[in-house]
Amino acid sequence: MVSRKKNNNSKRKKWEKETLKPFLKKSSERLSEFTTLSSEPIERLYTPEHLKKFSYRTDLGFPGEFPLTRGVYPSMHRGRLWTMRQFAGFGTAHDTNQRFHYLLKEGQTGLSTAFHFPTLMGYDSDSPRSRGEVGVCGVAIDSLADMETLFNGIPLDKVTVSMTINGPASILLAFFLVCAEKQNVPWTKVGGTIQNDVLKEYIAQNSYLVPPEPAMKIVVDMIEFCSKQVPKWNPVSISGYHIREAGSTAVQELAFTLADGVAYVQACIERGMKVDDFAPRLSFFFNAHMDLFEEVAKYRAARRLWARLMKTRFKAKKPESWKCRFHVQTAGCSLTAQQPENNIIRTTLQALGAVLGGCQSLHTNSMDETFALPTEKSVRIALRTQQVIAYESGVTNTIDPLGGSYFVEALTSKMEKEALDYIRKIDRMGGMIPAIRNGYPQMEIANASHRYQNQVERSVKIIVGVNDFVLENEPPIEILKIDSAAIEERQRQSLKELKSVRNVELVQKSLDALRQAALNDQNIMPALLDSARAYATVGEMADVLRKVYGEYHDPGIY
Amino acid sequence: MFFERFMENIMILEYIDSRGAPWRAPIKIMKKKLRILIGKPGLDGHDRGAKIIARTLRDAGYEVIYSGLHQTPEMIVNTAIQEDVDAIGLSILSGAHNFLFPEVIRLLKEKGIGDVVVFGGGIIPPDEISGLKKQGVAEVFTPGADTRDIVKWIEGNVKPRM
Repeated sequence: MVSRKKNNNSKRKKWEKETLKPFLKKSSERLSEFTTLSSEPIERLYTPEHLKKFSYRTDLGFPGEFPLTRGVYPSMHRGRLWTMRQFAGFGTAHDTNQRFHYLLKEGQTGLSTAFHFPTLMGYDSDSPRSRGEVGVCGVAIDSLADMETLFNGIPLDKVTVSMTINGPASILLAFFLVCAEKQNVPWTKVGGTIQNDVLKEYIAQNSYLVPPEPAMKIVVDMIEFCSKQVPKWNPVSISGYHIREAGSTAVQELAFTLADGVAYVQACIERGMKVDDFAPRLSFFFNAHMDLFEEVAKYRAARRLWARLMKTRFKAKKPESWKCRFHVQTAGCSLTAQQPENNIIRTTLQALGAVLGGCQSLHTNSMDETFALPTEKSVRIALRTQQVIAYESGVTNTIDPLGGSYFVEALTSKMEKEALDYIRKIDRMGGMIPAIRNGYPQMEIANASHRYQNQVERSVKIIVGVNDFVLENEPPIEILKIDSAAIEERQRQSLKELKSVRNVELVQKSLDALRQAALNDQNIMPALLDSARAYATVGEMADVLRKVYGEYHDPGIY
Repeated sequence: MFFERFMENIMILEYIDSRGAPWRAPIKIMKKKLRILIGKPGLDGHDRGAKIIARTLRDAGYEVIYSGLHQTPEMIVNTAIQEDVDAIGLSILSGAHNFLFPEVIRLLKEKGIGDVVVFGGGIIPPDEISGLKKQGVAEVFTPGADTRDIVKWIEGNVKPRM
């Protein structure tokens, strides 16, 4: 073995001296340094020499088995394709319900709900803070009544639903579960995911309700509640997507996401839960950016590192607890306002990376999203992109097709190592919450984002249509128009009507019970469910939580 | 004795001395650093652009105040008054620009500081930019804008307020 390695080494040196050098003398390389999108240096050629410490058995293994590098299921996309799940939401619950029916008719296989900013921040549509925002960037949901309209005609025991909400996630989960109740669907049969990853809110996405410590307590309440009563539900989707969108590198996305995961597992264990009782329901959500191989290596490293952390650090015994199952969304921040049709091509490459990386579900962005919410046509193209990859490209025929590539394996190992270094650094700070309080991940991301912007402006990184191949006088494209003033008026009107017909006494009683549960440090889910049943609003419940736990303000680090 | 503005940062001092002789002397004056508030009105949390702009303007030598997230128009205008800024750059990625930009401008006028230059950026459809400009937004930058162009625009369009 040793002699063969030596042999490889000397053969490479011979190639460099006799073949490469004379060639480079005549014709030099295009760049002095080649790097990934995240500025990781990439070598000219990868050979077995890069995989000296690599072992097939311990570093790759087989799909569905530890360390899960090749995939979380034994048959991966040969058995079941990923769920094609387009994120949608705008206007009133009625408007979005129609879009949901349209997407299901076009062959989408799961739903994903985008809420408007007032709901994401725990305000009702009639709050002064909601002016100008109602139904604009997502669907307006103020109470259970809106949720019932949103899922009208959609059987919640057949279609899995994802909900992107974090700070007030517990309130929206309560609405959803009562909605299932009203459809006579038992909670044991509803499947889906609620994002509920509050830690990354303080790091990157910034939609929070209360400070990190009580927010963490509420997340643990939800994990605890779901592990007992809603067994097919993913009560948290630990998200790197927003960290990357905020400007992080691929390694930072990987590291901070898994470090958040470590924090949730630790908090659940501290509550007294057994790791194998809740870990199988933890799910993840990653970004798919432009650099194809870096992204594929990132997903593979995520699976391997999570499996190792769960097995060695948390002593999880069930193989299901080791599995990093993840949703992917293509990178919104990579889309350009210039020549927007090019975004279709960007999204295609990104989606390909997600599929090659073994995703469980996928959202593809639409070409017009640098201007507004997408039109029906552009959403259809985005969905068709997934369908072309799934049914025409052939990349789903075999499991982990890039496994064994010298380059991809070397990159996977390097990213795993660098991510683990970050996680250890955060451990030394006392965990993710103290790190956030120090502004550590926020500053790392701001620095990376600033560096990238500089590289684009100095044309170190080329973006087609932006800093090269620019088109003068671009023709305009069709953009979705939303009559926000009319939606705001309609939503306020229906909220007013709801408040006039509901049982005020019951609402008050349920909110008092919620306050007591929060003050007495009980699990707040049962009280939230009663408040939802009484048609208490998002704002009313969020106000109770804000009063008990306090508010959080952005430190504005740049 | 009076001053005459000669160039951007040179003033000419003219005076007559006790014997009646006229004197002229050029005086170099320190240029006042522009004070710029980068504001995030509304409920969206997308602060990558705002932070990039804040850092870029700081590096370009301006005094930068960053409001942080989730500000109401009233909070932004109050900060503008307290910090005595020359311009406000608003970053809006929630689609609420048609309400938030005009509201900030209306409040600035109401508080008697309508001369503060308001510019901005975010996810803003191209056909809505002219409407915003008519309502007093001096310039709108959209995704892909070069930060050097933004600095250049500020140099040409924002002057210290008297």
